[in-house]
Amino acid sequence: MQVSFFINGESKSVEVADENTPLLWVVRDILDLKGTKFGCGKAACGACTLHVDGEAIRSCSYAVKFAKGKQITTIEGLGNEENPHPVQQAWIEEVVPQCGYCQPGFMMATAALLDKIPNPTDEDIDKNIINVCRCATYYRMRKAIHRAAELKTEANPITEIENS
Amino acid sequence: MKKTHSYFVVSFLVVGMLFATTPYFSKNEYTTIDKVVLDSIQAKDAFNTMMKVISHDRCVNCHPSDNRPKQGDQGNQHHFDIARGGANTGFEATKCTTCHQSENNVYSGVPGAANWSLAPKTMAWQGLTNKEIAKAMLDRTKNGNRSHKDLIHHLTEDKLVLWAFNPGVNQDGVQRTKPTVSEEEYKAAVKEWFEKGAIIPEDK
Ligand code: FES
Ligand code: FES
Repeated sequence: MQVSFFINGESKSVEVADENTPLLWVVRDILDLKGTKFGCGKAACGACTLHVDGEAIRSCSYAVKFAKGKQITTIEGLGNEENPHPVQQAWIEEVVPQCGYCQPGFMMATAALLDKIPNPTDEDIDKNIINVCRCATYYRMRKAIHRAAELKTEANPITEIENS
Repeated sequence: MKKTHSYFVVSFLVVGMLFATTPYFSKNEYTTIDKVVLDSIQAKDAFNTMMKVISHDRCVNCHPSDNRPKQGDQGNQHHFDIARGGANTGFEATKCTTCHQSENNVYSGVPGAANWSLAPKTMAWQGLTNKEIAKAMLDRTKNGNRSHKDLIHHLTEDKLVLWAFNPGVNQDGVQRTKPTVSEEEYKAAVKEWFEKGAIIPEDK
């Protein structure tokens, strides 16, 4: 079965034997985008979080057939070294990662959160950022999430005023 | 031989006379059950069949009395502290559909169906008796202003409701438990109960 979608702004078409193949496998093994991680494979840890049409999705539990015609963003498409997304910038500033394995998933979940709630409270963070970090970097992540909100607001003040 | 034969004939005659004269078998003595009574008996059966599904632990998992979805056969709290959120679909960025799609996922064991969500708080069934559940279900102030016709449609056509009969495998690849009655029996029971007036049977 052929499935076509847009990923990080590029149009891609992949051939899969099983239309229920997890999107994560397609992203990592066919498209060679290794930033998105496999943790549990059961939608429990969040390491595989990416965006589909702007919504955070756990791609280990998302059949590729559902991605047909949609816009997918992975950590590689969020930003890059020259032009980091505010979340990536904040993560660097706060030196969040330890082993780093879970971090792309957290950053994608955070980016989705800031799109919905530009200035999240600690409670908003507790409710929405429920990924798992075995290195327990949660404390630094919380700081980085608040910092990312600041950076995003600084970068986009007009949107903020419109939203407030 | 001849003697044996006549014994049989006599025995038949005696038994026949007994049947003919015993009042128990007299047609005049049959009790005719009033249609209203008969309907109520059948409606009660239909109600009980329908409620075996509606009050099944798996169905109640999405009708919690608090704001936390339940999971499994024991109604355990849903993992990860996920909760109802403002629209019964989880929180702003992490919602039901972050993990649950419109179909069961055979790779991860994550269940899915169209419109995956919690039932509204007014439809909290956890801890209620069958009668209380039925009462709430018929109450238009609680059921989303659904008429009987709407309720029949919801109960027999809604993909999330019917997921009960196709719950898929769990994270260990083990088939989830299904209600004790079949989908066909359940649908027929729902229709019959409503056709007969949707009467909630009194306790005897
Ligand atoms: S790998 Fe998808 S949630 Fe853990
Ligand atoms: S940084 Fe190691 S698992 Fe999160």
